[in-house]
Amino acid sequence: MNFGIILDNLNLYWQGLLLTVQLTVLSLGLGLGLAIPLSIVANSGNGLARGLVFGYSYFFRGTPLLVQIYLIYFGTGQFEGIRDSILWPALSQAYWCALIAFALNTGAYTTEILRGAIKSTPRGEIEAARAVGMSTAMMYRRIILPSAFRRALPAYGNEMIFMLQGTSLASVITLVDLTGAARIVNSRYYSPYEAFITAGLLYMALTFTIVMLVKWLERHWFAYLRPREG
Amino acid sequence: MKKLAAALFMLGLALLTGQIQAKEWKEVRIAIEGAYPPFSTVDQAGNLQGFDVDIARALCEAMKVQCKLVKSDWDGMIPGLLARKFDAIVSSMSATEERKQAVDFSKKYYQVPARFVRKKGSTIEITPERLKGKTIGVQRATIHDKYLSDNYGDIVKINRYDTQDAANQDMLAGRVDLLLADYTALLDGFLNTPAGKDFELVGPPLTDPKWFGEGVAVAVRKQDKDLRELFNKAIDTIRADGTYKKIQDKYFDFDIYGQ
Repeated sequence: MNFGIILDNLNLYWQGLLLTVQLTVLSLGLGLGLAIPLSIVANSGNGLARGLVFGYSYFFRGTPLLVQIYLIYFGTGQFEGIRDSILWPALSQAYWCALIAFALNTGAYTTEILRGAIKSTPRGEIEAARAVGMSTAMMYRRIILPSAFRRALPAYGNEMIFMLQGTSLASVITLVDLTGAARIVNSRYYSPYEAFITAGLLYMALTFTIVMLVKWLERHWFAYLRPREG
Repeated sequence: MKKLAAALFMLGLALLTGQIQAKEWKEVRIAIEGAYPPFSTVDQAGNLQGFDVDIARALCEAMKVQCKLVKSDWDGMIPGLLARKFDAIVSSMSATEERKQAVDFSKKYYQVPARFVRKKGSTIEITPERLKGKTIGVQRATIHDKYLSDNYGDIVKINRYDTQDAANQDMLAGRVDLLLADYTALLDGFLNTPAGKDFELVGPPLTDPKWFGEGVAVAVRKQDKDLRELFNKAIDTIRADGTYKKIQDKYFDFDIYGQ
């Protein structure tokens, strides 16, 4: 057991940690931004639009994240048409390929979480909103979405953690995230235990941050359910 | 008293069988990567093929032992060997100082220099000034990876791949400016394939033993000295009886054994 090699490579781990956090936060943000409109569409009356959203979410939930990354990274590199297109500056970078794959993947799961939460909005809330004369847009903004977010929070907390762990796959397309850093240290010193336990502990610390964040949000959003104090 | 006797008996049995296992190699499990043409690939039926595979089979025959070939990821080779997932590595692994800290090596069974590859028409030369800011693709945890990290780590971007195939693909896609790998692996796995027609070798052959070791050899666990000796003898045998030459001619038109 030699943790000196970890100390020698602290900077590598630190850079990896930053990249992991960056990929997680950005892909969750983009995924959520994608999921909110799509989950509304999924509850709309337009059958074609509903079908398209279902197709998207089924593809990204139906295939492994690793396969999606391979498709976006190696798959796009195969076609000259794509290599000559305006998309190539982004797709030629492993970073953007990973981010696109992660965002689309978490977007699909989040769409399903929100779709269910919106669908289970109590009938009475919608009727009350209609009764005071709210437009559909206002009803979504003030009543349905806030209420859906509350119901979706526990499941979405899980999705955030899954996404954090999922970013470890970025290391297969040359990115040096936390797992990438551990793989470099492992390959240089043949010390898989030290290399990966360090990465594992750092992932656990990041997960703890997410758990705390969800707890804080729960306390905030469910404040109205707590008995009045004092 | 009975318990003690039983425990001693079990201990004796364990020692005895342990000794038998150490003395006689009935089955040797050999790790091969399977993604390093022409040394090892996986054919359409999923079977391991290539120079390493043929050499491994020939060595087993010369040692008169049963062999089981195990496909293993490259960066899991040494950890897998130490964890007793298999007993030897015959997978184009160069005997370097670093690796000798962890495992023992037989005598070499081949040796080729490392080379850079660039796109035809590219002006990149292998000098610190001309390499600055370039992206070089390399297989993770190889001697080439180590060589680049030590010599050019500060001035180039190193893209590390799980397999050489993946690095070649990214060269094709234009995501990397240069590749660094074994001459033969580059030749047969890339340059001599239809995909590699727009690419060429650049820079001198690299052989510095500090990074590139003393050739490619069979890796075994440090405690398995007997197995290492078996491999050494087997390498001599197939070199002497023409088996080696026959296998070599199947894959290469030059002497791969080196000096």
